[in-house]
Amino acid sequence: MDWSDDGIVLSSRPHGETSAIVELLTRGHGRHLGLVRGGRSRRHRPALQAGNLVKAHWRARLSEHLGTWDLEMVDAHAAVILDDASALAGVSTLCALAHLLPERDPNDALHDAACVMLDHLEQGEVWPGLLVRWEFGLLDELGFGLDLSQCAKTGSMEELIYVSPKSGRAVSREAGQPYVQKMLPLPGFLRASDDAEEMPTSAQDVLAGFALTGHFLEMHVFAPRSIPMPEPRGRLISRLQRQADAGGALT
Amino acid sequence: MTHKAAGPEIEQVIQLLARLPGLGPRSARRAALQLVKRKQELMSPLAAALQQAAERIVVCEACGNVDTCQPCTICQDTRRDPAMICVVEEVGDLWALERASVISCRYHVLGGVLSPLDGVRPEDLNIPQLLARANASEVGEILLALNATVEGQSTAHYLMDELEGSGVSVSRLAHGVPVGGELDYLDEGTLAAAVKARKKL
Repeated sequence: MDWSDDGIVLSSRPHGETSAIVELLTRGHGRHLGLVRGGRSRRHRPALQAGNLVKAHWRARLSEHLGTWDLEMVDAHAAVILDDASALAGVSTLCALAHLLPERDPNDALHDAACVMLDHLEQGEVWPGLLVRWEFGLLDELGFGLDLSQCAKTGSMEELIYVSPKSGRAVSREAGQPYVQKMLPLPGFLRASDDAEEMPTSAQDVLAGFALTGHFLEMHVFAPRSIPMPEPRGRLISRLQRQADAGGALT
Repeated sequence: MTHKAAGPEIEQVIQLLARLPGLGPRSARRAALQLVKRKQELMSPLAAALQQAAERIVVCEACGNVDTCQPCTICQDTRRDPAMICVVEEVGDLWALERASVISCRYHVLGGVLSPLDGVRPEDLNIPQLLARANASEVGEILLALNATVEGQSTAHYLMDELEGSGVSVSRLAHGVPVGGELDYLDEGTLAAAVKARKKL
């Protein structure tokens, strides 16, 4: 059996002396692995960098086999960010988190959201917010989605500025006032409203977004499995924190 | 039923040779046959050399290189520029640079690169030793000769952050068109990196 799909390279591991086992986040077939014959050759290695978009053709005798990939590079995202420490940390974070997804479980929305983020890697003021949104989608896909549509206590849809750290539901300013020390701030660009597509304008907003997703990823995904949060995510947040301390605008 | 062509000792030699890179079971068998045929001039000296090397190989405490003396031959070489340290991922990279004879400096072998999927974190690499060496008064430049991969360059940026404030100048290898490379045959990634790192003439 065989099929073709678009895919984002998540990882590539050497297999034997010449081949590589490559993990892709495909559009219609989810996170999927396969063997690339000659994947360690000079010809193939540039395409197999994490974050690259490829046209993939998978072939195997039975569907449960590992199968082999024929890959053709579409967008060489990795090559243009080698000088950008934040973008490298962002791509590494995305690839490490995508590894949490179940294998061969299609999710075109997450794939498309990842593509949008990768397409904006050269715009430092845009992609960190897109990565936060992608982490929201990941939490949703893993079954721990946040409900930011209305206040958990009053049902109000006005002034939703907090998120309950326990339930993951939005809380209005008024209802959250008594618990303000415990509440997680909900940055404006994540509020479910007509301007939901509004992007963050400051590093502080993005940091609040990462704090929110980080809290729930840690609580629901990493702590129960006793595995640490991907180290590049911490590095990315440190860099954004330095930008926030320096002036607030994303660059 | 499979018939064995040789006794267990020779079979073991074949099996061990087959584990080496570039050698499969058939080529290991051919290599073993050569060793058996040329026992006096090849097999015995090779066995003695392997035995001696196995007994004396050590990892250099200063730079992480592999040698038979402590500190390694490179660290002991006074003709090398002590002001420059070239940071590489593995000993194989050090040997590649030495083979090219393009630089005469000291080295530092990290022992890998940061990789979240493989669980390689900064504490798993020889980074503290590098930071200690960078603080030595004689060191003026650190060249990060790491692979042009996402993991290699992520590690390079991490090291740049760590070395900030140490007072040394930090540089990295250039990325782009290889010598003898024809644009028509280059992959999009290399071309993109080359265009991005273009130089004014």
